[in-house]
Amino acid sequence: MAFGREEEMRLKEKGFGILLTFCILAVFWILLSGIFDAFHIISGLICCAIVSIISHDLLVKGKSEKRLAKFFRILIYIPWELWQIVLANIDVAYRVLHPKMPIDPRIIEFETTLRGEFSLLTLANSITLTPGTITILVEPERGKFWVHAIAKGPADALLVDQTMQRKVAHVFMEAE
Amino acid sequence: MITIFWMTSLLIAVTMGLSLYRAVAGPGVFNRVAAVNIIGTKTIALLVVMGYFFQRPYFFDIALLYAMINFIGTLVFAKYLERGEIWS
Amino acid sequence: MVIVHTLVTVLLGAGVFFTLVGSIGLLRFPDFYTRLHATGKCDTLGAGLIILGAVIYHFFQYPETFLVPAKLAFLVFFIFIANPTATHAIMKAAYKTGVEPWRLGEKRR
Repeated sequence: MAFGREEEMRLKEKGFGILLTFCILAVFWILLSGIFDAFHIISGLICCAIVSIISHDLLVKGKSEKRLAKFFRILIYIPWELWQIVLANIDVAYRVLHPKMPIDPRIIEFETTLRGEFSLLTLANSITLTPGTITILVEPERGKFWVHAIAKGPADALLVDQTMQRKVAHVFMEAE
Repeated sequence: MITIFWMTSLLIAVTMGLSLYRAVAGPGVFNRVAAVNIIGTKTIALLVVMGYFFQRPYFFDIALLYAMINFIGTLVFAKYLERGEIWS
Repeated sequence: MVIVHTLVTVLLGAGVFFTLVGSIGLLRFPDFYTRLHATGKCDTLGAGLIILGAVIYHFFQYPETFLVPAKLAFLVFFIFIANPTATHAIMKAAYKTGVEPWRLGEKRR
């Protein structure tokens, strides 16, 4: 009895994966072609169906609960990140154009409690896009990050304040 | 407005020349790979501005394609430098 | 129309300024890791701002073709995700191959 229910859930996850990939690919096809002819749309749908059946598990991995809430939280997270990008570039421009070039680079490492693939990806991307830090290595088993910081200020903002880890953990609803 | 596009493309070409110095004289292979990646990113912006300057809308598709080629090229190069082989 | 032209000029100028700063940083910084800081961040935003200015110009000048600005907006989104990933990949390769980071007070490399 339990074996049948597990298989049914796995089939449902696979069906959802195929449907989502098919929808995204069809939107891209219509966006990039611009011709709303019967022949083009039908051939596009056939190609999207073939591709999504073959490689749907690259986009939707495994099972994840509460997808809609996570999607909305990602939409709220993006404007804060865009503001951080602008701040980062003004900071780098200041350090480049200053005649004395105030840099003091160092490598720091820290641990987080995030374990899922997508949340580690978002945190690594955000660390690379914020002022003064770039991710070097990520270890997915223990959630360990090696980060190269360009001065003491940005390094402390990542080690001591931990604003970014808290925000990403809030978006992906993992334990803090 | 056309003069604005023309001056923008000229300035982007000047910055590409500055990065070319690092591609030639960087000590070691990593500096050169980083410089070539940067020149590729500037090529994308230059293609989009040129599309407006010459009034040809097909340049945007070429820019989209070259963005992906540049990205994949840098990733494959970095993987080869790290492991010594591409397929394992 | 004048407002749109001014906004597009400001966006294009800011984009060219950040690209220029990225190139100057590539020449001025003393070490490989710090040079990646300058280019990986500034160049991404510079190219993004230039293409964003072009999108706004197209959206107001030729309003009947709206698929082309959507294509360019997708290009901006792709640049914002692809460039930091490429920077991280090349930095990981350098770290694992043994390139030493620069500390304050050493010679230029």
